[in-house]
Amino acid sequence: MKKTAESAWPDEVHALLKAAGVRQVAIVPDAGHARLIKLCEKDKAMRVVRLTTEEEGVALLAGAWLGGEKGVLLMQSSGVGNCINMLTLPIACQFPLLMLVAMRGDFGEFNPAQIPMGNAMQAVLEALGVIVKRADAAKDVTEMVSGAMRLAFNTYRPVALLVGQRVLGAKDFRKLTQSVPQ
Amino acid sequence: MSKLLHRRDVVKALLAQRGDLLVIGGLGAPAWDITHAGDHDLNFPLWGAMGGAAMLGLGLALAQPKKKVLVLTGDGEMLMGLGALATIAVQKPRNLSIVVLDNERYGETGMQETHTAHGTDLAGMAKAAGFARTLKVKTQADVSRLKKRIYAGEGALFAQVKVDPERLPLVLPPRDGSLLKNRFRAALLGPSALHQ
Repeated sequence: MKKTAESAWPDEVHALLKAAGVRQVAIVPDAGHARLIKLCEKDKAMRVVRLTTEEEGVALLAGAWLGGEKGVLLMQSSGVGNCINMLTLPIACQFPLLMLVAMRGDFGEFNPAQIPMGNAMQAVLEALGVIVKRADAAKDVTEMVSGAMRLAFNTYRPVALLVGQRVLGAKDFRKLTQSVPQ
Repeated sequence: MSKLLHRRDVVKALLAQRGDLLVIGGLGAPAWDITHAGDHDLNFPLWGAMGGAAMLGLGLALAQPKKKVLVLTGDGEMLMGLGALATIAVQKPRNLSIVVLDNERYGETGMQETHTAHGTDLAGMAKAAGFARTLKVKTQADVSRLKKRIYAGEGALFAQVKVDPERLPLVLPPRDGSLLKNRFRAALLGPSALHQ
């Protein structure tokens, strides 16, 4: 069955990262990244590094670049809050850093706890000097990742690509009280 | 007189005849210590990023599996990023050593006591996180053993070195982060790294 734009982007982004020579994949999981994480885990050319908190990934990927490797940091928007002080490292030293951020507290959110960070995140990142781009349609994600990746590695700076909740679908907590998804 | 080890003696001993050892210095005193031992292109001293030194070491160690990587940092810095112990232990980098110079103080801010002055056992935490080797270093003989292990590359290794909480003159490395990064990459990867 041919994949639709809605379902094809994780495969396309994985292929894109692979072709660009991305080796270290730092993650704190988000449901929106689940398929991409699975593809990276299966890929022998990639090393998935499970983090206990997102700022570890910022430091990890600075070390990777010092050693001549490229990486990517996959996280949920709430994790951006954890990264703030550590982001001064790639900014002050001009390290490339590609961050793919799955949005929460965004389109159709159910959980009030997700709103403050989801809402403030872009302004906070931009205040620090991180370049922020956004994809709000599935058909745009791959191209936006490609652009964000080139910006990060060609111009030596942190770049965050936000993948909107409109692409990923808001989690339906009420439905989850009725049945467990398989 | 204190029988505790002196941090600069320890660092100088660990870095003597260092070959192509790659060295990360945590912010504050460890960055001054590695510079005191001799500024070097393969040193990456941190001026900030508190809590990130060990993870920087992991990224570097994974990228350069044939080289030995040494992270020298302080107890306060390590305490800020304890989760990294679990993250590193899971990756099992044999070529990575994390050495904490533990003076039980936040030295740069007025020598306030850290948790290790009140019983927190960093080496014990590293062991529980799953580090292959953990050491507590208190004597000169321990330092020699530690040095052998760092250069043997049988890690991941974590060492907690108890040092005197002495106040020492600062020895500053260059503070332009872009320069520190580029000279490190050029020395490690060759001049072509600057064209990537």
